[in-house]
Amino acid sequence: MSESKPGYIRRFWRFFWSPSGVISLGFLMIIGFVVGIMFWGGFHWALEATNNEEFCISCHEMEENVYAEYEGTVHQLNGSGVRATCPDCHVPKDWWPKIIRKIQASRELYGHFITGVIDTPEKFEDNRLYMAGRVWTAMKRTDSRECRNCHEFDYMDFTQQQTRAGDNHQIALDEGKTCIDCHQGIAHKLPEGWQERYEEVVDKLAASGELPSMPGRERQAAELEGYLAVNN
Amino acid sequence: MKKIFFTSAIAASVLFSSIAVAQSVETLRGAGVAEPVAVEDVFQQDEGRFTRNYRQQPPLIPHSVDQYQVDLKANRCLSCHDWTNAGERNAPTLSMTHYQDREGNQLDTVAGTRWFCNQCHVPQADAPALVENTFEPSN
Repeated sequence: MSESKPGYIRRFWRFFWSPSGVISLGFLMIIGFVVGIMFWGGFHWALEATNNEEFCISCHEMEENVYAEYEGTVHQLNGSGVRATCPDCHVPKDWWPKIIRKIQASRELYGHFITGVIDTPEKFEDNRLYMAGRVWTAMKRTDSRECRNCHEFDYMDFTQQQTRAGDNHQIALDEGKTCIDCHQGIAHKLPEGWQERYEEVVDKLAASGELPSMPGRERQAAELEGYLAVNN
Repeated sequence: MKKIFFTSAIAASVLFSSIAVAQSVETLRGAGVAEPVAVEDVFQQDEGRFTRNYRQQPPLIPHSVDQYQVDLKANRCLSCHDWTNAGERNAPTLSMTHYQDREGNQLDTVAGTRWFCNQCHVPQADAPALVENTFEPSN
C-alpha cells in the first residue's frame, strides 16, 4: 500500500468522516432518525423472535430433552389454562439482565454448532447435573427472580392454599427462603445426586457472600423499624 | 373407457379398504368417533389423616403427589420424609424398617426395596369404594 493511493478501508474511513457538501443537515438528521427507528425496531424484533418457545425448541437438544419433559408438567398443562413457556422462566424480564442472558446464550450456539456437547440424549443425561446446578445457582442468586414474575409471596393468600403448602410458605417467608430452595425439578427431571448438588450450590453462594444477609422476617422487621423511625 | 373403469375400480377398492380400517379403529376405541365419551368423576385430594383400616396398612398420603418425580434417578418424597430432612421439613420420618435391606442390614439411606413409595402408599381421596366389600380387620 503506497502513500499516494490509500486502500479501500482507509478511503472509506476518510469519506465517512468528511463533511457532506450536498445534503442538508436537516435531511441527514431525518434520515438518521428514521434509520434509528428501523434499527431499534429491528433489534427488538430480533430479540423477541429469539425469545419464544418455538425458537427455543427449533434445536433438537431442546425439543427432545427439556421440552419433552416439560410437557404435561403444571406449567404447561393446568386447570387455569395459563402457560409459562421456556423464556418465562429462563430469560429475565428486565432489560439489562435480559441482554446479559442473551449474550451468554451465544455460548450455547457454540455448544450446538461446534462442540455438540449435548447432541444426544445420553450426553444430555451426563451433563444434566452440571446444567441443573447452573440454573439453580442463577435462581438462588437472584432470589428466584423469574418465578416471581408470576409467583410473589405478597400476592399469595396462604389460607387458600393446601394446609401443607400454606404452612410451608409461611415458614419459607420467615426464614427468607426462595422458591428454588424447595421447588427444584418442577418442569424438568431431576438427576441422581440432585439434592447434594443443590446444597453445594447454596453453600458456595453463601461462602462467596452472594446471598441476602438477613432472612425474610428479620429484613421485614428492619424495614418496619426504619419506616417507624422516619414517620414518628 | 376401459382405462377409466380400471382407475375407478382401484379408487373404489382403496376407498372401501380405508373405510374398513376406520371401522376397525372405531372398535378399538370402543365407541364411535363422534360419540362423546363420558369423563370419569374426579375426586379431589383429601387433607387430614385417614385412620388405618387394619394394622399393617401402609399409611395413606394426605397431600397430592402427581407432580412428584419418583424414578431411578430421584425420589421427591425423600426430600421431606427421609430421616435427614424430616425434622427440618416437619414431615413424618419413614419407618425404620425402610432402612433395612432384604438381609436385615441397617442402612443410612432408604433401602432399594423401599425406593418406590407409591407401590404401597397412595394419596387419599374421599371417593366411594370402586367395589363393594365387607372387609373387617382381624382385631
